[in-house]
Amino acid sequence: MSATAMNAAPSASAAALLPRLRAALPGEALLTEAEDLHPYECDGLSVYRGVPLAVALPATAEAAAQVLRLCREAGVPVIARGAGTGLSGGATPRAGTVVLSLARLNRILEIDPLARVARVQPGVRNLAISEAAAPLGLYYAPDPSSQIACTIGGNVAENSGGVHCLKYGLTVHNLLRLKVATIDGEIIELGAEALDAPGYDLLALFTGSEGLLGVVVEATVRLIPKPECARVVLAAFDDLGKAGQAVADIIGAGIIPAGLELMDQPAIAAVEPFVHAGYPLDAAAILLCESDGTPEEVAEEIVRMEAVMSAAGATDCRVSRDEAERLRFWAGRKAAFPAVGRISPDYYCMDGSIPKKCLAAVLEAIRGMERKYGLRCANVFHAGDGNLHPLILFDANKPDELHRTEAFGGEILELCVRHGGSITGEHGVGIEKIDQMCVQFGSEELEVFHALKHAFDPEGLLNPGKAVPTLHRCAEFGRMKVHGGQLPHPELPRF
Amino acid sequence: MSEDVAALSERILAAAANGRALCIRGAGSKDFYGGPLQGEPLDTIGLRGIVDYEPTELVVTARAGTPLAELEAALAERGQVLPFEPPRFGGGTLGGAVAAGLSGPRRPYAGAARDFVLGLRLLDGQGRHLRFGGQVIKNVAGFDVSRLLTGSLGTLGLLTEVTLKTLPRPPAETSLRFELDEATALRRMNEWAARPLPLSASSYHDGALRLRLSGAEAAVREACGKLGGVAFSGGDYWDGLRDQHDAFFKSAATLWRVSLPQTAPPLRGDAPQLIEWGGALRWLAGSQDAVALRRQAAELGGHATLFRGADKSAGVFQPLPAALAQLHRRIKAVLDPAGIFNRGRLYPEF
Repeated sequence: MSATAMNAAPSASAAALLPRLRAALPGEALLTEAEDLHPYECDGLSVYRGVPLAVALPATAEAAAQVLRLCREAGVPVIARGAGTGLSGGATPRAGTVVLSLARLNRILEIDPLARVARVQPGVRNLAISEAAAPLGLYYAPDPSSQIACTIGGNVAENSGGVHCLKYGLTVHNLLRLKVATIDGEIIELGAEALDAPGYDLLALFTGSEGLLGVVVEATVRLIPKPECARVVLAAFDDLGKAGQAVADIIGAGIIPAGLELMDQPAIAAVEPFVHAGYPLDAAAILLCESDGTPEEVAEEIVRMEAVMSAAGATDCRVSRDEAERLRFWAGRKAAFPAVGRISPDYYCMDGSIPKKCLAAVLEAIRGMERKYGLRCANVFHAGDGNLHPLILFDANKPDELHRTEAFGGEILELCVRHGGSITGEHGVGIEKIDQMCVQFGSEELEVFHALKHAFDPEGLLNPGKAVPTLHRCAEFGRMKVHGGQLPHPELPRF
Repeated sequence: MSEDVAALSERILAAAANGRALCIRGAGSKDFYGGPLQGEPLDTIGLRGIVDYEPTELVVTARAGTPLAELEAALAERGQVLPFEPPRFGGGTLGGAVAAGLSGPRRPYAGAARDFVLGLRLLDGQGRHLRFGGQVIKNVAGFDVSRLLTGSLGTLGLLTEVTLKTLPRPPAETSLRFELDEATALRRMNEWAARPLPLSASSYHDGALRLRLSGAEAAVREACGKLGGVAFSGGDYWDGLRDQHDAFFKSAATLWRVSLPQTAPPLRGDAPQLIEWGGALRWLAGSQDAVALRRQAAELGGHATLFRGADKSAGVFQPLPAALAQLHRRIKAVLDPAGIFNRGRLYPEF
């Protein structure tokens, strides 16, 4: 996307909107000065930036709906924003748009321990829900890596996953009801506190819709009982293919691990000197395989996991002996992104998904691309659910490396689609992958997406230009760019 | 497009050109469900067979007319199941199960039909063969049209192929029975669901609370020790609820399905009742005052469906608020602009 397209001059109708927003919101709830707008120029994908006309920070659902109504009347686009931790540019503003921040709608409204539900405002942080439910022995299962900062409204918009989603599901599986403000400024309810609602499943359609259909102003989520204990097996392999086979064998044996992660040799080599997690530096790949449940159940399952991985050719299997060791085994995996940032001036993080059986073939193909493009690539992988995160190492100061990296990344995503996978497993399309939507979907499916958006937002004012490409726009590629190892929100683990 | 799909597409195009209604139908096992059938039958039963099944991927793709029995048998051979336990009603198809979006006894503990739908192909009202979602568990590209279609009762298109997530069959299973009054049973079901127990089904009928526990040997054994109750052989019982050939369902000519928050108090009235889903599903046998029942359900945070009955004049599904009804009409127009698919099956106005 060109800088000029992102920063066009505001229209007259946009300027006329400001006094109306000012009248509708208390003074501190509307930002229009350049220095106040600066923090809202980008989200976690900082390569794309735009300065909005204004940022509205309503403190109630009704005020949020009112902002939408006024924007619609003025014909001004609205970009909803939670914590701004997204990695695909879904919350990137453009000039002449209004950012609707849900940050002030940050209260947990109700936790019902008997019904096992939490009713929360959209600006509540993901982890805050589990923290509030912890004394009841309950938690909110989806745990995206940014969970200490990301908000539930953003999780709904992206249908966020996490390390445990093979066993416990994505956001869509853990939602009961949403209150959504439409572009008309009306508040509608999707889903119910019952397990289903009459009519079409608009709750599912809305989840993962990246702010294109409406704005979440309240969410009711399921809480589930916290497992009594968890242990993890750290298994080493001298061959990537064997590690991939072990993943298939574990599932084939009827085991659903609470987490199943793979790291390849370059990722191990980046992480171990940094974290000292105890990973074997001579391994071609390691698997982290977690079991949770009652102590007896976990003991039984861990034995089965070890047996399967040994049979698949693991050269070493270590089981966490206590909680401290379990957390240390995980620490390396969770530090993979910053660790790679230490060994390379820049890296690109990709996010594709593939059938697990293609793992070895895809990683082999990526090795070939390393030679083709003359760049290194470290791989971390949510192996249990086929979600790949290749980290391409490059130096933006060297001419041509960025260009080669982009081509490399594009080839990986197309490879994912060719193997029957997806261009995004969990980061969303946003701006980042909008062009690659054309690789994954045909023009007829894209037309349906546009028509569905039109059903909710006839004038196309909700987060325009994101997630679904127009049919004549299938050209350039863009990806998450990290300069000098500095991710936006460097305090967050990224996995 | 394969030959059989192309033939269906042509019939759709012809019907759309004339504004003629089409009644999409698989095995017909759920003909009783939803508004009265209208239009000329459009059979999916020829679209049969498993397209791809990878047990280690936990993913199966089959054509929509594949009988559930055939699909489940293939999964069973590899030790896997459809975790949402779709009702078979004596012989349903995969397409029918997804179009109806119904789930069986395991629903509150494992998830609903829509939770296991990963992708599908459909013929829309313009005869286009579209593909949404995919064959992988994690995929957030594009709107989730697959789940929108799940439970849409064929009003948005003809399903030709569906991809589902499967799960391993739990290695151990036990059922327990407790004599309790209704209010206590409802409380217990919810209290127990808040503890890390391997619950996989629950019901309350005629003074008896029944639970099914499924999971690892150790987990099931431990849970039985904690819960007490009287063990019974549950297989036939839970199948009877799933497929509604249990005596309660068989004797109910008119059947209401009341979907409520799991903790909702006992419903007023003295209609014969069977509770499932940890309290979230209350089946009532016999004719009810539809308006009063729907009002009560709405007050409790739920809705009431006239699941089965000769007289459907009260409307099958709880009416939608105006804003949602408008969205429904617009979505219907996106995929079926001529309004030819399953007219009146979901709501009378389309």
